[in-house]
Amino acid sequence: MTRYVLSVEDSAVFEPWREMARAALQRDLPPQAIDWRIRGGEMDLFGQQTNDSDGMVALTEAPVLKSVTLRASCIALLRDMLCHSDPGRFALAYRIAWRVQGNPHLLDVATDADIAKARIMVRQNRQDCHKMMAFVRFREQPVQGEGAGRRRFLAWFEPQHHILERIAPFFSKRFTDMDWIILTPRGSICWDGKDLAYSSEPCEQPELDDGFGDLWNTYYASTFNPARVRTKAMRREMPGRYWKNLPETRLIPQLVSGAEARVRTMAEQELLPAPTFHDRLRARDSLPVEPLPDTLEALAAKVRTCTACPLHCEATQAVVGEGPAHARIMVVGEQPGDQEDLAGRPFVGPAGQLLHEALGAAGVDRSALYLTNAVKHFRFRLQGRRRIHQTPDAGHMVACRPWLEQEIALIRPKLIVSLGATALRALDGPGMAMADVRGTSWRVGSGETAVQRLALAHPSWLLRLGDGAQGDSERQRFAEGLSRVREFLHQPGS
Amino acid sequence: MKKTLSQRLAILSDAAKYDASCASSGSTHRDSEKNGGLGSTTGNGICHSYTPDGRCVSLLKILLTNFCVYDCAYCINRSSSNVERARFTPEEVVWLTLEFYRRNCIEGLFLSSGIIRSSDHTMEQLVQVARDLRLKHGFRGYIHLKTIPDASPRLLEEAGRYADRLSINVEMPTVAGLEQYAPQKKAGGIRQAMGEMRLKIDAGKERSHTGRRAERFSPGGQSTQMIVGADAASDQDILASSANLYGSYGLRRVYYSAFSPIPDASALLPATSPPLQREHRLYQADWLFRFYGFAFGELTAGRADGMLDLELDPKLAWALDNRALFPVDLNRASKEMLLRVPGLGVKAVASILRARRHQAVRLEDLARLNVSIRKVRPFVQTPGWSPARLTDRHDLRSLFSPAPQQMSLL
Repeated sequence: MTRYVLSVEDSAVFEPWREMARAALQRDLPPQAIDWRIRGGEMDLFGQQTNDSDGMVALTEAPVLKSVTLRASCIALLRDMLCHSDPGRFALAYRIAWRVQGNPHLLDVATDADIAKARIMVRQNRQDCHKMMAFVRFREQPVQGEGAGRRRFLAWFEPQHHILERIAPFFSKRFTDMDWIILTPRGSICWDGKDLAYSSEPCEQPELDDGFGDLWNTYYASTFNPARVRTKAMRREMPGRYWKNLPETRLIPQLVSGAEARVRTMAEQELLPAPTFHDRLRARDSLPVEPLPDTLEALAAKVRTCTACPLHCEATQAVVGEGPAHARIMVVGEQPGDQEDLAGRPFVGPAGQLLHEALGAAGVDRSALYLTNAVKHFRFRLQGRRRIHQTPDAGHMVACRPWLEQEIALIRPKLIVSLGATALRALDGPGMAMADVRGTSWRVGSGETAVQRLALAHPSWLLRLGDGAQGDSERQRFAEGLSRVREFLHQPGS
Repeated sequence: MKKTLSQRLAILSDAAKYDASCASSGSTHRDSEKNGGLGSTTGNGICHSYTPDGRCVSLLKILLTNFCVYDCAYCINRSSSNVERARFTPEEVVWLTLEFYRRNCIEGLFLSSGIIRSSDHTMEQLVQVARDLRLKHGFRGYIHLKTIPDASPRLLEEAGRYADRLSINVEMPTVAGLEQYAPQKKAGGIRQAMGEMRLKIDAGKERSHTGRRAERFSPGGQSTQMIVGADAASDQDILASSANLYGSYGLRRVYYSAFSPIPDASALLPATSPPLQREHRLYQADWLFRFYGFAFGELTAGRADGMLDLELDPKLAWALDNRALFPVDLNRASKEMLLRVPGLGVKAVASILRARRHQAVRLEDLARLNVSIRKVRPFVQTPGWSPARLTDRHDLRSLFSPAPQQMSLL
């Protein structure tokens, strides 16, 4: 079998290799038939400098046996791995390209030795890119003559792999409004506001100092917490090889050695009297609180601090009623739902939406009604990241009852509409079944304090019923109930 | 004498460092290519340096002022503390942010403040810094603003328009803890603010029926922080509180900050070194909840005192308590079950799922996926490997526990 020597520039990352690999694959050359070399790099077996492009010439003279295509995912992997600095990368890339011809799923098999190695290279390249984004430090350069407004910056960095071309757009998209040059031993990139110039010419490390480093060091030293020294974690993320180009790392020895003493001083520090402004502030806090007047606002403030049952621990806030202070009709729901709990207003979630639409359809002005809930805090159970509504139990209703009673006493409505079983129970006590009274109306009390009651289904129940026959008939019944509300609203006097 | 900028930077960054969050991730992609200006966000965070406490330096984390009307026992800036006080003007913060950013020292700004005068006054100042950075200077880097409880909705809306992330700290895992240590702060007020932010963040993601985007509101979501180890709350309490925060307010992150001694500390506080290992375990549990399909309750269910195992990571401890579910067949098990195998991470599981469609995965293959064979061995079964009685050994735990260490005599 003929062996071909193919040599590639060390800094060449993908395209030259691709040309050669395509030619070789078209001639059906197995991986062991190609000796991939770095041009101008190591000597060959006989101590001779590898001869440029001879292999390629010989290769192109051989006849083409087949046409070759590589999937985009394969090209992407090879492109990603070839900017690595490992001299064996070209041979590995060819081996993968060759094997993929016979096994199109090879890339999926992460446990394959070649694929595992390629993925490690890809990861190391990404890491190198990431560290370059993080640890390049620009220093300002004086602008001579007509630099006209744009500031100039210079940086020095030592990447491990051939990543400059790959990383350059990140810097030009970020530092768009200034001119900058990044010098590295593997070449340089330069931005002037319009074009991104790239060169593979190795650079020397320049002297860099713009006098701004002190301010950064001040920040670095003060943001360090001496009570939690964990240098291993620091070294894992910021390995020693980067330290020489990061000036703040020169502070590390003194920060670490002084940490213990600083913590000791904190522990031994005697308690000093508080500064005078503290006493002034606290004196202001302890002014006596005025007694709350009997108004809806005051009641609302009081409800918001309610801790009578455990629901307040998990819920966001108590949701108080809303509507005119002397509304003739009061609507009592069950409890705030997810949306109501977050917003702090009753009937703003999906069930509220349905109620709103139904009221509109029945010709009832929502703003004429006082809307509230039997229980003021949201009761739920967590399912992963979702809050699932739970019906409040009797204990919660009892705890919340005084608030509801006070609301009724202050507003003195002539009609109270209960939505759902919880509201029914909270208003009329146990003993009435929803199925018996749904859609019916009755009178409670006599004379001045007489109140008309109307029991309706809860809109969220209607939502759950869906589109079936029962849903239709219940929605019909609900709409009829609301039309009675409209009649009541337009009835003079009563 | 007026303090120099450098002195004030030292005071106000020292005062801000007890906030653990430094993330610059989770926001939208944007850069300065088309519309000019300065800066970009990539979606992934970048850490520009690391301090010896093992934490990264990603954002310029400072307070506008460390004067504060509150007297929260755990806080270095509480009104009864004798720390040196200082303040920045909004212009100074803008200048510092831009100059550090141009030198590629930071990803952006994390601005917080002590409460001065009123909530609205303080919030107004924070918003002014963000507004100037975005509108006057075309800054497209990352901005994280602290939300002040009880600030007006108008200011919150404006903050959300300019910031990538908003946060408000719940501080203590339980309401009782907050009442004890921060008498002026109200748990209800904090939750209300988080609820309001959630509604606005959700609304900001919606599109109208014509496909128009809603106005931008904190695209990086919201986060919060709890202090661990200052009060008596157990890990179970802390994780239950986290579950509620993630569920109710759709938080991106809950940060756990091991209570760390501060200068001129209040007498209410324990004088101990920070429980760093406990904090680490809580973060692991948090990770298991967010990425591995665990419920918080499962992790503490087997623990009598409600505390996570300090010696073993929570996933391993859970597996040891639930051995009936193991060994798991690597080539047949569901993704959910694979994620519960100690030693297998999200990436390794994805690789296994892809690879096993084409060929059987063997135990030795796992080494190529960066998986510790020693750790997974008792819990998996593959062609050519069965743990047999290893899974049921009484002393299985001791194979994983760290080696005992000689304590110092003095």
